[in-house]
Amino acid sequence: MIALIDYKAGNLTSVRKAFAAIGAELYDPVSPGDLERATAIVVPGVGHFGATAALDRGWAAAIRERVALGRPLLGICLGLQWLFAGSEEAPDCPGLGLLTGTCYRLKGSAQGARDAIKIPHVGWNNLAIAHDAAIVAGVSTGSQVYFTHSFVAPVTVDTVAVTEHGEPFAAIVQRDRVAGVQFHPEKSGEVGLQILRNFAHAT
Amino acid sequence: MLSKRIIACLDVRNGQVVKGINFEGLRSAGDPAELARRYNREGIDELVILDITATIEERRALADTIRAVARELFIPLAVGGGIRTEGDAAAAVEAGADKVSLNTAALLEPALITTLARRYGSQAVLVAIDAKRAGPDTGSETFSVYARSGQRSAGRDAVEWAREAEDRGAGEILLTSIDRDGTKIGFDCPMTAAVSQALSIPVIASGGAGSLADFVDVFTTGRADAALAASIFHYAETSVRSLKQHLQHRGIPVRL
Repeated sequence: MIALIDYKAGNLTSVRKAFAAIGAELYDPVSPGDLERATAIVVPGVGHFGATAALDRGWAAAIRERVALGRPLLGICLGLQWLFAGSEEAPDCPGLGLLTGTCYRLKGSAQGARDAIKIPHVGWNNLAIAHDAAIVAGVSTGSQVYFTHSFVAPVTVDTVAVTEHGEPFAAIVQRDRVAGVQFHPEKSGEVGLQILRNFAHAT
Repeated sequence: MLSKRIIACLDVRNGQVVKGINFEGLRSAGDPAELARRYNREGIDELVILDITATIEERRALADTIRAVARELFIPLAVGGGIRTEGDAAAAVEAGADKVSLNTAALLEPALITTLARRYGSQAVLVAIDAKRAGPDTGSETFSVYARSGQRSAGRDAVEWAREAEDRGAGEILLTSIDRDGTKIGFDCPMTAAVSQALSIPVIASGGAGSLADFVDVFTTGRADAALAASIFHYAETSVRSLKQHLQHRGIPVRL
């Protein structure tokens, strides 16, 4: 069973519905100790990076321990950003630190400009697959997924897919069994469900 | 590159999709879940369910309709109509809405925007603004906000109210032209551009879609981030796919 960590950063109805649609079973861990029976872990989340403070040292240690034992971990949106060292959005709030880099705000363009790059980045945008990885099996460059965010993770060696919104950023990351998506797979039609299937199959 | 979104609106009354002209003269257009399924197959980017009589008749958006639509669709779903309190919004979100749309309630109690943005995130809060030209449809470039399904003047300027909504935490603005609603003579592009240029959050243009060219106009001169339509899709006058193909041919980025 996959543990879906609800730390009150956004509503999870759609995430639950999407996992149900691909036939994956979820449970709600109420304390870090509950992660012992997790075959895989999902860290969702929307909103301010400061909300991840609810994932305190106990949670972080339990998640690291599961990952060390080979359990897959998926971060969605804010959950992806939390996999990194931290974010400029909440400098005092450390991330999990399994991936290298610090998240930062998209620059955008001046207000009122023609073809303005608006921030937040809201809507469907393209994935450009940077290299093969299990998380993107069956997903090709040009596939579109649904984003809604202002902060992003940097493009690094762990970046599996890049998206452009005025500048390139990491749309999908994977390092060993740790993966993350900046967009909302639960709101991204068939492409999103395929990515969730790829994650669930790794369990 | 970020795609321009095509959004289908299901105006729902008593569990059925209906559509009128200038907010009046409703006729039935079918079952919401069935229409939602068809639009999803055709590649719609997002759906909005509006319980159009909810504010007047003081009813809450029908949770059953939301559930039926949300069950099988994995694209963003916004719900509006009769959302007046945090509890109303929670009921819609729990039924499967990704975004709630506030209109009259936000005008009466602007703090509700902030309350909901704090609870669900700004991405979940859409402020719907129904506006019409202050003077005749020629030359006048001020736009007045109306509440209660377009029946009562709110005494606010649309650009100024949209800015305030953004400052209070709204994630998107759904801007409907009362003058153009259901008329199929085209979106009010100057009004859309005036609001879109003043904001950093996305603006969804609504009201007046009648032809493929209208969508090209609203994405270019209207500077809209997304366009919403109802009648043009309900009666299968234009399929979502053929609309998107047309936009792509005209150099407008879409999801196909």
